[in-house]
Amino acid sequence: MRVALFVTCLVDLMRPSVGFASIKLLEAAGCQVIVPERQTCCGQPAFNAGDRVAAAALARKTIAEFEGYDYVVAPSGSCADQMKNGYPGLFAEDESWRGRAERLAGQVYELTDFLANVLKVDCVPGEFAGSVTYHDSCTGLRRLGIKAQPRTLLSKVRGLLVKEMPASEECCGFGGAFSVKFGDVSAAIAGKKCANVQMAGADVLVGGDLGCLMNIEGKLRRMGDETTQVLHVAEVLAGVKP
Amino acid sequence: MRQQSMYFKARIGEKLADVRLQANLKTAKGKFVDMRAQAVRDYNETGDFEALRDAGQAIRDRVVENLDTWLELFEQNATARGATVLWAKNGKEICDLVVGIAKQHAVTKAIKSKSMLSEEADLNHALEAAGVQPVETDLGEYILQIAGNEPPSHIIAPVMHKSLDEVADLFAKTHRTPRKTEIPELTREAREVLREHFVSAEMGISGGNFLIAESGTVALVTNEGNGRMVTTLPKVHVVITGVEKIVPTLEDFSTLMRLLPRSATGQVISNYVSLLTGRKGATDPDGPAHMVFILVDNGRVGLLGSEFQSMLRCIRCGACMNHCPVYQTIGGHAYGWVYPGPMGSVLTPLFTGLENALDLPHASTLCNQCGVVCPVKIPLPDLLRTLREEQTAQGLRPLVERFALTVWAWLARQPALYALATKIGVRYLHWLAGGRDRIAALGLAPGWTAGRDFPAPQGKTFRELYAARQGDFNTAAKGK
Repeated sequence: MRVALFVTCLVDLMRPSVGFASIKLLEAAGCQVIVPERQTCCGQPAFNAGDRVAAAALARKTIAEFEGYDYVVAPSGSCADQMKNGYPGLFAEDESWRGRAERLAGQVYELTDFLANVLKVDCVPGEFAGSVTYHDSCTGLRRLGIKAQPRTLLSKVRGLLVKEMPASEECCGFGGAFSVKFGDVSAAIAGKKCANVQMAGADVLVGGDLGCLMNIEGKLRRMGDETTQVLHVAEVLAGVKP
Repeated sequence: MRQQSMYFKARIGEKLADVRLQANLKTAKGKFVDMRAQAVRDYNETGDFEALRDAGQAIRDRVVENLDTWLELFEQNATARGATVLWAKNGKEICDLVVGIAKQHAVTKAIKSKSMLSEEADLNHALEAAGVQPVETDLGEYILQIAGNEPPSHIIAPVMHKSLDEVADLFAKTHRTPRKTEIPELTREAREVLREHFVSAEMGISGGNFLIAESGTVALVTNEGNGRMVTTLPKVHVVITGVEKIVPTLEDFSTLMRLLPRSATGQVISNYVSLLTGRKGATDPDGPAHMVFILVDNGRVGLLGSEFQSMLRCIRCGACMNHCPVYQTIGGHAYGWVYPGPMGSVLTPLFTGLENALDLPHASTLCNQCGVVCPVKIPLPDLLRTLREEQTAQGLRPLVERFALTVWAWLARQPALYALATKIGVRYLHWLAGGRDRIAALGLAPGWTAGRDFPAPQGKTFRELYAARQGDFNTAAKGK
């Protein structure tokens, strides 16, 4: 099974370990992982900023680079949703590209969804002595139905205990450009999320989208919390240290 | 209402710093969110709330797709029951019509139950200018009126920004009575004051939650009972609603009534549901001698056939704002017009002009909790994003933002150059962090670091590390 990894621009820039953890997980499950080397960004920042032209240009680039594999997997619900549910709508008047976008949409998966529901993995390489609490990122949760998948997988990590936080489904306040345009509101919402994270009393906050994780980690540190670790679910499942 | 949506960003700071507002928002969120969730759980024990939302959407779509037909049917049936149906294009026409009706019936005092259209039209000012005393009788709206005509901060809980203490002070001052601190005492005092107005007013003005086409009926969904006084005691009853509030049949109304109170307050049904059809008949013991409907466009008709048509499904329950992380953090006043929260961020630019509310469509994380709780499945985040596209298309975005986006989007299509730029960028950030795991002040994004740290990057891009790793593999393979 040939699986193309969409690394995501944030992982490329900020946290390569998430990309390597994803490769490790997919390979452990028997996939042949290809990382198309010309990939950059899925175009979601342009899409959400209201720049359809730029979003469509980046969509065409990404589609061309990622079609032709059995599956496309991204360690982010937000980027996966852009490719799956965002792309086809960008080509309402372009039948040929719409067809290509729709074919790709059928092959795109968020990482934990792919591991749990397509590969149906039974065991994961990671080991973790401690407790984690899982933040449900909005797009993954409400657009792709990512809820049970990461928890099922985390329960297979030896030594790991999941402690649920209150309101794990509430937005952390990131919202892409929102976090900079309305930084004060964004940080205030993040503060509420952090209070809930701390209520869980877990060693680690785990999530599936790096943007949210950076937002929460940044707020935890600013609040003086130096002990709660923040890890991407791929890192925990693969046993890859950041 | 005087619009202040253009000052949205400027008003955020004061809202975040308002300790009382923050406490009230926290309490309200707890109530609205938890009670709706409980109501949905209860409903799902024997029913299917998702299927109910589908049914609600289907009813609203059926109306909106043939709005003219349903409006004509409503007009016919309402007229047949002795009511008058008038049409208003905008706020000014609403005011002119209401003032005209007041003059015709020598009205000196008008009692009002809750009407958001009255806010859109700034009707109270027009009535006062015409020598008619408007008296709000919804408790929340009454409090706002005696507080110097404050605007509402929520569409169904207009006074949620005020605390019990503030209301106690306000009542003591306005009513010249000893200060009371218990809610039942305060509501009793309001009832006593309002009773005088109920019996002396010549005209009652109400909104309408639904207009039922097959019978020419207006449905009022209320919790305080004031709506019944307003619509039955005075000799004239004026209903002001948007043209989109039509539902075809009473059966459809009952379906929507399963959705509205559950979504709004978590109630199975509101305390009062009134169905009012026509003026007082010859054999009726009570009711108004004159019933007038003012059906209002004010921007609604323009949405028909547009990409924003789904917004006309809205039944004004408030669930989107109750569940919005942004609304929960700043309250309703910052939005600066009649409707706050996600539905307000869609309606305000559409009704008052994109250029007057540039921030609102961007004031959302697009978390889609609003879309998930909307009883008629309005895709609110999609509509907000489409408004952002409209702003771009009309050249309304700041030049700096446009330039940055254009450069970034171009760069992202040149993989080699992009790789170089990110390589440099990530080293710059790493240097900024100075060996720490975080950056406390980011010159390029001060909005981020004012309220939180920026986690430092690991040091090299994935692309570099992966290429190096593949290189090692290849070398190893060649060596074999």
